[in-house]
Amino acid sequence: MRLFELRGISKNFGAIQALTEVDLKIDAGEVLGLMGDNGAGKSTLIKIMAGNFLPSGGEIWLKGAKVEFHNPVDARRKGIEVVYQDLALCDNLTAAENVFLGREAKRRIGPFSFIDYATMFREAARHFAELKSETRPRDLVKQMSGGQRQAVAIARTRLSNPDIVLMDEPTAAISVRQVAEVLDLIRRLRDQNVAVILISHRMPDVFAVCDHVSVMRRGKVVADKPIRQTSPEEVTGLITGAIEFA
Amino acid sequence: MSVSLEEIAQRREHGPLRHMVRSQPFWVTVALVLICVVMSQVSEVFFTEDNFFNVTRNFAFIGIIAMGMTAVIITGGIDLSVGSIVGLSGIVVGMVLHAGHSLGAGIAAGLLTALACGLVNGILIAYVRLSSFIVTLGMFGIARSLAQVLSENHMIYEFGPDEKLFFALGGGTIYGFANPFILLVALIVVFMIVFRYTTWGRWVFALGGNENAARLTGVPVNRMKLSVYMLSALMAGISAVLLVGWQGAAINAMGTGYELRVIASSVIGGADLMGGAGGAYGAFIGAALIEVIRNSLLLAGVDANWEGTFVGLFIVFAVLLSKFRGMRSG
Repeated sequence: MRLFELRGISKNFGAIQALTEVDLKIDAGEVLGLMGDNGAGKSTLIKIMAGNFLPSGGEIWLKGAKVEFHNPVDARRKGIEVVYQDLALCDNLTAAENVFLGREAKRRIGPFSFIDYATMFREAARHFAELKSETRPRDLVKQMSGGQRQAVAIARTRLSNPDIVLMDEPTAAISVRQVAEVLDLIRRLRDQNVAVILISHRMPDVFAVCDHVSVMRRGKVVADKPIRQTSPEEVTGLITGAIEFA
Repeated sequence: MSVSLEEIAQRREHGPLRHMVRSQPFWVTVALVLICVVMSQVSEVFFTEDNFFNVTRNFAFIGIIAMGMTAVIITGGIDLSVGSIVGLSGIVVGMVLHAGHSLGAGIAAGLLTALACGLVNGILIAYVRLSSFIVTLGMFGIARSLAQVLSENHMIYEFGPDEKLFFALGGGTIYGFANPFILLVALIVVFMIVFRYTTWGRWVFALGGNENAARLTGVPVNRMKLSVYMLSALMAGISAVLLVGWQGAAINAMGTGYELRVIASSVIGGADLMGGAGGAYGAFIGAALIEVIRNSLLLAGVDANWEGTFVGLFIVFAVLLSKFRGMRSG
């Protein structure tokens, strides 16, 4: 049984056809690279998978059942977590508070329930350790490096033990050393049998961690092949349109 | 690498002491103590029980509203209507009591009036997505005008069968402290706990830090916004009930200019108008500082017209201070 599959997904905004009959599939423990130029439809596709948009046509299948995501919380409940491009972090809160944002650990005292910081710090520390990241749960996110911020955003996805993690341009705005850190984080997720969909512009990153690559151009998937059977040159050609299909 | 990841996880950037020294309320407290020390030399009256009683009671009305205002400011909003809501709620309480109803009915009517104003503010800001500045500026005008319409520009000074009880509530004392001050201290404790240890409190901060992130992680952003404006209005209503009880009269000009003093208290106490920072103790100490400056100028024989200059300087100074702290840590 396939973990996750998009079948013939289309999306139009009025007269603008953003996606046309997109097929995509991924299995547990797999890393799929989703590539394409600006305006190719990657963001729209992510937003459909994350529950921000409903598709105009097509079906989403998760673990052998047809599903619909009505909002991001709905998608999350069904096992899809997203690491947004801007990471969606609150700079004024600690790492642990960011990890637990919207799902705080609580303890009841009489009729009131209070935030359980001890549990949140402990659990966040455990997730950072699993990701082998030197991130301190009590520090404010404001003071953190790009790599640490990524670790916080990724640790957030570990709370619900999701089947699929979508990552939108995680390496776009960070230093070379931190890119290596983030790629390690992605491998760590894969090792825990999570399916990762990596949206990226950076060819070296995709070829470093992905098992599969799908290339989009003008709202269509123009190639879907194992990374070993392709090359950066071919992918570049597919992105620009120099190569029609592969 | 001699340290394990587990050890790193236990570390903090700064100890509690360092954290305190870096906080704005700490320095405002230091400034307040310094002023008190200087004033004890300048004036014999400053450290008397009477003066302490008056000062604490005077800023209690502002401080109570500043608790709600701080929540609004932390979310990144502003509430300019609190002064007018004080006026409207005060008139409603007065009219209901004057008509011969019980104290409970009077208070309920006053607080519900305030909540209704907060509800309108909140719905327009959270759901219709209008700017908080404009919406509350509108309510600033509307609530004051409604107070004038309802009161027909008359002062209310007879409060029916529960008059004594009503005056005791706002003007009475417990252990030598004015009732409003007692309530303020209780509210600080409650708000400190709520801001730190409840999801509502943390979500207020999350909204101010990154509203989009809060929305994406499932925080009910719209409901949260509605709640802070209703809270702010409720605090103005509570303050109005006590204020009328203390003054023994309700006039429709009550609370005029309060919004600026309340905002100044929150900001001096470390609330960031860009959102994401602020606290209950800060709002309290900010309100205290403004009143002590007022009181000091009075006792030192300085012309009362200078008050605005001094309070204004402190506001600008407080914001400068927070900017420099922001530069160091950012």
